[in-house]
Amino acid sequence: MIVTGAFTGAVFTFQSYAKFKEFGFETTVGAVVSVALCRELGPVLAGLMVAGRVGAAMAADIGTMKVTEQVDALRVMGVHPVDYLVLPRFLAMMISMPFLVAESISFGLIASYMVTSFGYDMPSAWYLTHMIDHTNMEDLIIGMIKGFVFGMIITLISCHQGLAAENGAVGVGTGTTNAVVISSLVLLIVNFFLSILLNYIFPIGSV
Amino acid sequence: MAAPASSPTPSNDADVFIELRDVHKRFGKQEILCGINLTLKHGETLCLIGPSGEGKTVTMKHIIGLIRPDSGDVFVGGMHVNKLKDREMAPIRQKVSMLFQGAALFDRMTVEENVAFPLIESGVRDKAEVKRRVLEALEAVDLAEHLEKYPPALSGGMRKRTGIARAIICRSECILYDEPNSGLDPIGSDIIDQMILRMQKRFGVTSIIVTHDMRSIFKIANRVAMLYRGKIHFLGTPDEIRASPDPIVQNFINGRSDVTG
Repeated sequence: MIVTGAFTGAVFTFQSYAKFKEFGFETTVGAVVSVALCRELGPVLAGLMVAGRVGAAMAADIGTMKVTEQVDALRVMGVHPVDYLVLPRFLAMMISMPFLVAESISFGLIASYMVTSFGYDMPSAWYLTHMIDHTNMEDLIIGMIKGFVFGMIITLISCHQGLAAENGAVGVGTGTTNAVVISSLVLLIVNFFLSILLNYIFPIGSV
Repeated sequence: MAAPASSPTPSNDADVFIELRDVHKRFGKQEILCGINLTLKHGETLCLIGPSGEGKTVTMKHIIGLIRPDSGDVFVGGMHVNKLKDREMAPIRQKVSMLFQGAALFDRMTVEENVAFPLIESGVRDKAEVKRRVLEALEAVDLAEHLEKYPPALSGGMRKRTGIARAIICRSECILYDEPNSGLDPIGSDIIDQMILRMQKRFGVTSIIVTHDMRSIFKIANRVAMLYRGKIHFLGTPDEIRASPDPIVQNFINGRSDVTG
């Protein structure tokens, strides 16, 4: 999370700085990077990483339990598999995803700040002032809401793929692949519509 | 209140515990069960035999509600199992427990935690009580010294015995054993047979045992049912099955195939 956030922030800054300089407003790079990280890059990157790391683990774990009849054993002992296997993961992801998004954004901004301050001779005060002036609480809220929603999407899709696994080890493999692929795609598609919806509620540049 | 005429009702006989009526089940194109009729009384021990892939496990899973029949009815303790929703199955699961063919132990829990699991889930919170009953159940299957091990570190036979301990710990009215003897050495197999007999005598447990071990059938069964081509081909006492003139039955219990070397 730290590495993806940091390097995305860094490369984004590196590319936009050069272009912005052509127009003479390279000092605003902090504002652009910050808003983009909060609203889009932070949540999406965190979501994709979590889908690959946690979603795959969930699908593989539950899928193995399914094909070795451990899920049936739960049922037989009067424990509903959704209550026991899905619900705790669902709650954990709803809580942790916003934090992971925040982590991704923070390290993206730190990296971006370091690129401008140490890579180019831009006074750091300009970077910070523009960044703080143009990043609103709404931008952060959008990132958190997205993280929250992505957490739910990843858990539901991955757990479903796990519980639907059949045909032994092959089925677990297929389920795990599907979990990552489907969660990532759904996440990207939902992100677009969520951006439109959230922009409607918290319009960009309104303050 | 009388049930509507269209809804089947369980048998009026109070002794009857499990009843399967004309149960049909197919997976894809393959018809596994083609009209199973079976009645089991309280305290009875039934051995279910038959060639592999003939639906013995499927029949068992119908009784505990893991599989629903395509047509036909399953009653357990007066409850219409196949009409219950998933979340309404709790009373059935309190009455009936099951040993799975592959034991189905939870990989992330130790032997002790595995065996304690159904007890804790059924509401026993007293730690000393849980510990005592776990030890008791594990002693019954001769595994008391392996409490701290994880299932992947156990041999196949030990996993199976842990599964049995987990199935008996709640003292359910009925226990379904799916091949309890397979993978066990002859002595280990006898320990399990004696334990099943003890459960039956001491606690009046009703048991259904899927097995290929002919020796244990004659030791423990009150009745034997042979499944063949999706139907109950033979149903009778162990003595009756031994005396049966039916060639399919005789070939099966004596282990004779048509293949010549």
